[in-house]
Amino acid sequence: MSAADDAQTARLELLRRLNRGFAEMVPHNRALGMELVSLDDADAVMRLPYAPHLVGNPDTGVLHGGAVSSLMDACCGAAVFMALPEPVPIATLDLRIDYLKPAAPGRDVIAHACCYKVTRNVAFVRSVAFHDSEDDPIASAVGAFMLSTKLGHWQRGAGT
Amino acid sequence: MNIAERIAEARRTRDLAALTDAVPYAAFLGFSMTLLEGELVGKMRYADHLIGNPALPALHGGAIGALLESTAIFQILWDAETIVLPKTVNITVDYLRSGRPLDTFARGIITKHGRRVVNVRVEAWQEDRTRPIALANGHFLILPGDG
Repeated sequence: MSAADDAQTARLELLRRLNRGFAEMVPHNRALGMELVSLDDADAVMRLPYAPHLVGNPDTGVLHGGAVSSLMDACCGAAVFMALPEPVPIATLDLRIDYLKPAAPGRDVIAHACCYKVTRNVAFVRSVAFHDSEDDPIASAVGAFMLSTKLGHWQRGAGT
Repeated sequence: MNIAERIAEARRTRDLAALTDAVPYAAFLGFSMTLLEGELVGKMRYADHLIGNPALPALHGGAIGALLESTAIFQILWDAETIVLPKTVNITVDYLRSGRPLDTFARGIITKHGRRVVNVRVEAWQEDRTRPIALANGHFLILPGDG
């Protein structure tokens, strides 16, 4: 097997493992039916399958903005993970989403996120959501994530 | 009933429950509008499927974002003169603290009500209102028909 094949196999294995972490172990991701489609350096693609319980406007069957924002938040987080030399806990600091056009009823939404800068404490991400092509986006987002966040700070009763 | 009729009905009866119940995603979130000490607030009832970080555990940022956005939309419906479902143009969410596995509340304040667009500020909290877990600022189109 060539080195390229090895790299591809390793990447598919990582994708499978991360999908288990992202989709199966995160209850909200599982409830939304989100899945990772592909991963690359500082880059992630995720899919949100269309589902009736995610509809925001019952007249039109268009997905709720909240479902799209959950997808973009998760996809941005995945891109941050792919930009880090080693996995550390991360937390969304802020996320701004522009809704460019309604998602088409009955169709899956794809999000593509890219982490374009990592500093010691903060990672910066941008993302687009679309059906077929990034050139025809449904939504775009920019966000920042804190790196190496402490686990369970509130559980120790110290507040934040 | 279509959504415009439901909005008209909810505004007439001052009861938003029939409206939130008609939105599938609101039901999925456990979202309702409720009066808390005489004030209209959005509420997201805690459920395990809202968890985004099982290690902490903490609510998913997307669920908190959806609570803030939904609260803003229903606050506009409550206050505005027009009977249309507001469309989100954009929303920025600042995450201040991790959301604990508890009921979460949100209060929307209309900062500017224009003819076409409304600017809304929303704050979310859990047990202690002086310790908000997230803030949002958004713009919403309120054009009849297709905006």
